[in-house]
Formats: sequence, C-alpha cells, structure tokens
Amino acid sequence: MKKISEILKISLQEVDKAPDLNSLDAVRVRYVGKKGKFTTSLKLLGDLPVEKRPVVGEEINKAKSVFMKTVSLRKTELEANALEENLKKNSIDVTLDGYASSRGGRHPISLTRLRIEEIFQNAGFEVKSGPEIEDDYHNFSALNIPDNHPARAMHDTFYLDNGKLLRTHTSPVQIRSLLAQGAPIRIIAPGRVYRCDSDQTHTPMFHQVEGLVIDKNVSFANLKAVLHEFVACFFNKDVELRFRPSYFPFTEPSAEVDIHWGEGKWLEILGCGMVHPNVLINAGVDPELYSGYAFGMGIERLAMLRYQVDDLRVFFENDLSFLRQFN
Amino acid sequence: MKFSESWLREIIDIDLSSEELSAKLTMIGHEVDSFEIDGGGLEGILIAQIVSYEKHPNADRLSLCQVTTDGKNRISIVCGAPNVKQGMKSILALPGKMLPNGLKLEKSEIRGIESFGMLCSASEVSLGLDSDGIMELPQEAKIGSSLLSYLNLPDHVIDIDLTPNRGDCFSVLGVARDLAATSSQDIKYKFNIKNNITATVEQSIKTAFPDLCPRFSAQAIVNINNESTTPIWMTEKLRKSGIRSINPVVDVTNFVMIELGQPLHAYDLSKINGTIIPRFANEDEQLVLLDETKVELKKNTIVITDDSGPIGMAGIMGGLSTAVSSKTSSVLFEAAYWPPKFMAGVARRYGMHTDASLRFERGVDPEIQKIAINRACELLLLICGGDAGKITDIKNEDHLPKGSTIKLTARRLERILGHEIHYQEVSEILKRLHLKIRENKDSWVVEVPSYRFDLEIEDDLIEEIARIYGFDKIPEHTEVSSRSLFPLDSGLANIEKIANHLCSKEYQEVITYSFIDDSINTLITGKQSKLRLSNPLSSEMSTMRGSIWPGLLNAASRNIARQIDRVRLFEIGKVFEETNHSHNEIEQVAGLITGPSRDKHWSKKSKNVDFFDIKGDLESLLMISSSEMEYEFVPDDNIALQQGQSAKLLLNGKQIGSVGKLHPTLGKRFSIKRDVYLFKLEIVKAFPSILLNVKPISKYPLIRRDISVIVEKDIKASDIIKSIKLIEPEIIQSVKVFDIFEGNNIEEGLKSIALGLILQEKSRTLTDQVADDIISKVIISLEKKFSAKLRE
Repeated sequence: MKKISEILKISLQEVDKAPDLNSLDAVRVRYVGKKGKFTTSLKLLGDLPVEKRPVVGEEINKAKSVFMKTVSLRKTELEANALEENLKKNSIDVTLDGYASSRGGRHPISLTRLRIEEIFQNAGFEVKSGPEIEDDYHNFSALNIPDNHPARAMHDTFYLDNGKLLRTHTSPVQIRSLLAQGAPIRIIAPGRVYRCDSDQTHTPMFHQVEGLVIDKNVSFANLKAVLHEFVACFFNKDVELRFRPSYFPFTEPSAEVDIHWGEGKWLEILGCGMVHPNVLINAGVDPELYSGYAFGMGIERLAMLRYQVDDLRVFFENDLSFLRQFN
Repeated sequence: MKFSESWLREIIDIDLSSEELSAKLTMIGHEVDSFEIDGGGLEGILIAQIVSYEKHPNADRLSLCQVTTDGKNRISIVCGAPNVKQGMKSILALPGKMLPNGLKLEKSEIRGIESFGMLCSASEVSLGLDSDGIMELPQEAKIGSSLLSYLNLPDHVIDIDLTPNRGDCFSVLGVARDLAATSSQDIKYKFNIKNNITATVEQSIKTAFPDLCPRFSAQAIVNINNESTTPIWMTEKLRKSGIRSINPVVDVTNFVMIELGQPLHAYDLSKINGTIIPRFANEDEQLVLLDETKVELKKNTIVITDDSGPIGMAGIMGGLSTAVSSKTSSVLFEAAYWPPKFMAGVARRYGMHTDASLRFERGVDPEIQKIAINRACELLLLICGGDAGKITDIKNEDHLPKGSTIKLTARRLERILGHEIHYQEVSEILKRLHLKIRENKDSWVVEVPSYRFDLEIEDDLIEEIARIYGFDKIPEHTEVSSRSLFPLDSGLANIEKIANHLCSKEYQEVITYSFIDDSINTLITGKQSKLRLSNPLSSEMSTMRGSIWPGLLNAASRNIARQIDRVRLFEIGKVFEETNHSHNEIEQVAGLITGPSRDKHWSKKSKNVDFFDIKGDLESLLMISSSEMEYEFVPDDNIALQQGQSAKLLLNGKQIGSVGKLHPTLGKRFSIKRDVYLFKLEIVKAFPSILLNVKPISKYPLIRRDISVIVEKDIKASDIIKSIKLIEPEIIQSVKVFDIFEGNNIEEGLKSIALGLILQEKSRTLTDQVADDIISKVIISLEKKFSAKLRE
C-alpha cells in the first residue's frame, strides 16, 4: 500500500485537472466511492497492528477530508464556469430599440407660454384667464378706448353676428380681474387673441401674455425693472432693453420695449406702461391711492426669437415634422 | 408720415447729425420706420441742354441728340425718350459713371451710331418713379453744374410711424415743434403772413350746422396764370414726401398740408354754384369724386354742397364738378376743421383712405386754418400771380376743442415715475413743449395749446415729461409687493398634468384655430351654431368651434398626406356653445389617433389602432384624478362617430366626454380614408377637485378565483362586473375580464367571458370555505340575472 500522503497528492492533482463536473465526479468516485482508494485504505486498517490503527486511521480521514473540500471547491468553480458558458449563449443585441422608445411633446407656443408663466409665478404673479368672446365694453371702452377712437381702427376686430367680438388682446383680463378681486393685484394672463389680418407676419389667431400689477406706489421704475429681469430670465442672458415712448389708450405713460438683438439691431418685443387712471376708475380702483403697470407681449414673437423660427405661420400648420423637434 | 431731413432742418436748426436726429425722433415717441438717403450715387451727373436733335437714321424710336454742358462743345447722345425737344434742359451721365440702379455707362454704338453718354429719366437716377421720359429741368437750371448741387442733394427721407394720439405731428412743423422740446433751439416759422388783398371776390359760405363744421376758412384768388409751373424746390419737397407734382394749385395744397398739417381743398371758383354749405349727406345722394369714382353717399357723411348739391366729401376728397384743372384761372382754397368724432371710420366705410381723412380723423389744430389759407395764398401768388380776395373765416368757439388747464404735482410725478426730476428741469421741459405754466410750490398749472388735445389729465403731462426727459434716464427699481399669498388654481395644474400625461402616451400637442368651417362644425356637433363671425377671413374660418375634432382632423389629414403613418394628436382649448341668452366657453382636451398602434418595432408585427387603444389612453389619463372617481363608459350614438364603436363617458351620471371611431363618411370630408379614433373631455367636469379620502389597507392575504361563464353576446362586460361587485362588496376587491371569445365550441349568439376575482377580508384571514361560498353565490346570481352558464 502506497503512503496516504502520496495518494492524497495524486488525488488533488486529479481534482485540479478534472475539466468538467462529470470528470470531477469520476475522480471523487475513484477515491471515496465504495471501491475508492481512501475507502479501501480504511477497509485495510484491520490488517494493521492494533497500536498503529488509530494513527493511520486518523491520517486517512484527514486526507479524505482535505480531498472532499478540494472537490467541493473545484465543483463550485466548475459550476460557475458552466453557468457563464450557458449565459453567453443568451446574449442579445443591446443596441436595438426598447419596446416603448418614443414620446409626444408640447407645442412650442405652449412651451414658451409655460416658460413665461414660470418666470412670473416665481415672482409672485398669479396666472389668470378670461373669455375669448368678449364684449365691446371689456375689450375697448373700459380700457379707455371709446367709440370712434382711432386706436379701434388699428385693432382689426372680428365681430360675431350677436354683436359680441373676439378679444383683440388679453387686456380685458385686467378689467375682469380687477373687478373680481380688486387691488392690490399681481397677475399675468396668457391666452388666445384674434385679429382679422392674415399675411406672412400675421395670423388671425395668436397668443399674448398680459401682465398687471396694481399696488400702492408702483412706478415706471418698477416696470422697467420687472421687464428687464424677465427678458434676462427668458433668454437666459442679460439683454439690453430700450424703452421707447409710444401710445396705448389704456396706459399713460406708454412704452414699447425693444431688445438689443445683433449688432445695432433693435427688435420690438412688447408694449407696456403705467395703467391709465381712467382704466383704474372703470375697474373700481382709486387712482389716488393705487398705481400700477401693465404689459402685453406676443408669445409667438418670443417663441420665434427663442427657437430662431422666422416664419410665424408654421406654428399653426401643425406639421408633425416641425413639432417633433421640440420634444 | 414721410418728409425730408432738409425740410425739417429748415424749421428747426438742431445740432444733431442725421443719425442722431433719426434716433432722437424714435426716442421721443415718433418711431422712425425708415431713414433713407435720397440722391445717393449721383456725383458726376451734370445738367445739360439739348442743342439739337434728329431722328436716328436706323431706328424709328430713337433720336440722335447734340447736347452741351458748357455752351460750346457738343456731345452726341442716342436717346430713346419721347420727350426730347430742342433747348430742353435735362441730366447727363457720361461714360464711366455708375448709376444708382447699378448700370455702368460705357461709350457705345447704338444701331450703328456712337453715343457718348446717356440722358436720364427720374427713375434712372432714383429721384422718383417717372420713367416715361428724360428728366426735364426748368430753364433757370445752369448747364454744366452738377445735379446734386442744383437739387441740394443728397438728403434723407424720414418715414415716421405716428401714434394715433399725435395728430399734431402729422406735419413737418409738428415734428419740428416736438423735436424742439429736446433742444435749446426753438422752431423758426413765420406764422403771421400778410397777403395783399387786391380783389373784391368773396365766396358765399354758410355753416348751418356749426357742430359739424366749427371752423371754415376760405379765400378766393382770381386771375392766376395757369401756364405757370411749380418751382423745383416745391416739387422736390413733395417728391421726398411721396407726392407727385400735378399743377401749382394742387401742389400748393399738398405742400401746405405736409408743412402745417392742415389739409386744404382747392375748388375751381368758376364752377361753384351759389352758396357753400356743409351738412350731412342725404341717403339718396350721389357724388362723383375727383378720381372719377361715383359714390352713393351714406347718411353720416359730411358733404360740402353748393346750390347744385354735394360738391365734395368733407375732409376726404373733393368732387369732380368743381375740381381745378390746367385751365383754371380762379380758385377757392378751403381749410376747415372737421371734428374727429364725425370723421372716424367714415373714409374706411367707403373703402377710402386719403392723406386728408387720416389727418382729420386724428384731429388737426383748430387754430391753424387761417394760417394755412394765408400760406397757400402766399405760395400761389408767388407761383401763379393773381389777385386774392378777402379771407372768410367762420368760427364757432362752442364746438371747437379748447386747450385744457391741468394741475401737475411733483408728488404724483415722482410717484408714477418712481424717480425724482428736479423742479426746475420739469419747468424747463414744460416750457420747451410750448406749454404755458404757472409755477406753484411743488406743483405747476399748465395751459395746453390748441393742437395738443391729447393732453387732458395730469398723467398725460407726466408722460410728456418722462418722454422728453428720456425713459432711459429713469432707473430700474424692483418693487416690494404687498400682495398676499393666493390659493392654488387646481384647474390650471390639471391642464399641465393632462398635457404631460398625453405626451408620455406619445400624443403630440397641436394648436388649431378657434374658428372653423360652419358646415363642418354642424356635421361634427350635430347643431347649427349661431356663434358665427360677421367678418370672417374665409368660410373655413367662419364659426366659433363647437368641437376641437375638426381642427385635429385637418391636422391629421395634413400629416397623413405628408406620409406620416402614425398620427397621435391632442389639443387643449376652448369650445364655444351658445346658450339661450349668451354663450359658454368650455375648456376641453381632445385627442386623435390613427395608424399603427406603435412605431415599427423589430419585436412585433404592427397592428393598427382600435377602439381599445384610445379607450386605454383615456382610462390612464383619467387616473390623474382621484382613484375614488367612478368613470363609466356607456354606449352612445355620437353623430360624428360610428355606431357601435362610440361611447360616452360619465362621471356621477353626467356626461363628461366621448370616445369612439370617426364615422367613415366624415373621414372623407377631411380626405382621410383610414380608421381614426377620437376622444374629448371637459376638463373642469372630468377632473373635479376633491379631497382624497384615504382608507387603511388590509394586512391579510388575498385569494384569487377565476370563473368562466357563457352569456348572450350582447351582454355588456361592465354590467356583469357591476353586479358581481354588489354581491359581497366588503370582500370582493376587484373583478377583471381576462379572456373573452366566441365561436369554436361556443354556440352562435353566445360568448364566453373569463373573470378573475380578488377576494380579501379587512380584519382576518379569508378562508377557502368563505371564498368558495362567495363564488357559488356569484355563479347563482349570474345564472339568475344574465342566464349565464358556468363553463367547466
């Protein structure tokens, strides 16, 4: 009989060399199976003298235990290898599209409106709305535009058969909000407006945002500040503003605001002014106690500047190839 | 209004460069629309005289001219103009000269004869539009001198966009006067003109209705030389203002209008019959105007009449019967004040728009009429000679606007501007604006001149001061708000949630017009709308929409035509519904899907969308709302949708929306041949804001039981589910259909429905025994209510 240590050494070498689980099991059987070498060695213990038996027996058991541990380790290793082999067969092309890979999107006018709303809401402005079918009073008279006023001719109003009209600006919301909640007030009012005009630079329907702040001691200096801040936030950069005297019947003083856009170029972006005392009176506010400013801007205009779109009409053609660019 | 820089500088000698002048005008509120050089690129063009000319030997329409620029040497020029004549003075460009239109002159041979330059038309040198012949200069023009120095060119033409309140600036004088407020220089203008009265002629005029015509000034001039021509300094000014020279009489009226802002009319005095009376037109009256158009007069139009009837539309256009012509030897100038309230919109009602009507609508200075008449008379006498009669000046102060007196306080000025301007500086600005002031401590009493009727209240003066002081000099200052916090608007928040939800469901937002084709609106809503526009741009945009669907269908049709196969759209906006006495504006969200249910994908065959695609989208959209809302889909006959594939959506028994398949006949109206599915929801009704009532959840295990029953085909799944839930509402947590089929071994007219029930107790573990009992009850109940048979 070979020395146990010799057997163990060879057995461990065989375990290491076993290439797969089946061969490993064959090695296991060869050593610890019924006729395995360690098993046989134990059976042959009886042939030894009594005093040697415990020593040799312990030696065999130890060797067997070392062998079994090694087999177990090798088995884990081989199993892991086998799993990896198997998983490799399940590999896929991860560059293919996922099952739901597209998304719709908002219209650029909505995106622009939301941006404007968000900027003003952060400054404590409340978002208000008003009817699109208006009456002469709220659209004109209450805003200090009496009958036969030349400014009416500039508005190209759509009238309905029932005598009402489509609001030509969002300014009627000034009157309605003031009548409903009084001063102080701090609102913006976005919405659709209508003028019967259609050419390259006009669509019969477009969008405006009205702004109105009435409080004690609100001044033109405040108006200049809020618009400057707004424009900087909207375009995400400081833009030079130019306030040009102008005329709106519902503000006094009135100004048009140009932004410095490209070399020496001024672009008009909005109209504004201090709310005319007659408008305050019409809306039940005491002009001796309160003053305020108002402004109105075209959302399309701002969207065109922000997205560098040069034709207004594409906003209403609803061509998906155009709209999807904003998603 | 268009005028030349040099004309303006004749009235105000302002120390600004051309560019500064233009910028200044814009910054005081007269936005400069264009500021263009006039007479640029004309260096080297000379004044020449045609010494002789003969017909070109080889061309009928050409002449061979001998011209001179020094009185001695001759230059041969081939010329095609019809107006060449001997002795005529015109303008000559020599070889090497580049004309403003880009044409470079060379010595050339024209039909075999050499030409050493070109005689030019006005349009060829960009001095007007006249291209009918070569430019003819007056005989006093000196040959050999340059055209530029003769015409005092180059100049600038300024076109300003006047705001409607500043009728007073509708003249060179007015603009100069406003400009003077920014400068230490005042205007120079001789207002007190005195003409010699050498004739006794006087036209009889009666203003029977002084409110219509509070001022009427007129003057007759007889024995004028009608062969005179308008001097070049006047025609040049008119040209730069965009006005063509006609004859001295007409040119003088136009000149005075641009200079002083008062529109004038000139009558041929010999053609006036009897007394001139302004009055409202009668309804059946007609008038042939100067431009030979015949108008049916409307009642609210002021006309000038003589004994023969109307001879002119007041402040708009004169009549043909009394018009001046080249044969006129006696004229009557009229300068009237027509109140804006009678002029507003009148010309437009006749489809007209004249320089005069524009000025009268905005208001002219009620004190300028006599000055304008004197000025016109002075100019006409200068050009044509003649004898002037006495001025008739009828004035009714009661109906003329009066300059107001306004008190301005330093306190309000500072409060409105948010900036203090020094008292002395304010006084100075007011004075430079030609306002008469009385200074008090911390306030001013301001007297407004007749032409500034736009200044009515204190804030108008504040604007004047800010405008002249400079808006740019007022500092920015962020206000402190005293506005308190305000409640959130859940309606607005819902709109954004809805939109974003639909986007993630692959819907693209569109915006379509709120007015649509009337017949389409009727077809889609089933109702004829009364909310129609009286002045639509086209019949496709004539009625306020009762539905968003037509807009979506148009958008879908457009995109399908552009080969986009899969179209999913939504819009949020108002629809309009008339009520008994008024109308409602209802905020809706509407959606449309057509084409494949998903983008082409490698994993699956694509299928086209069907009813359950859009219904599923709608169901998931409604989950934005509280889970307690019980939305119900009920079969419906919507006129726009296909019967049997159309449902109305109810919440608490009230309709909040519709969903279904577009009726194929309607699809054809939009050139859509394939299946289209639509939904719409009323936002406020569909997403009521309620406070959620949260219930505790059960800790005990749940049991799932499935049953399959066979029922008649027409029985609605929702009815079966509702009835099952009623059996043991505390324990039956949910019922879902997980399979449905017909045919195979199912008898004709029947269908099999497989239902999955989830059972759970709130306070203890549900036993199998109890579950079995409940299922038995369910089966018995279904047998009873729906004649259902259990499928083994």
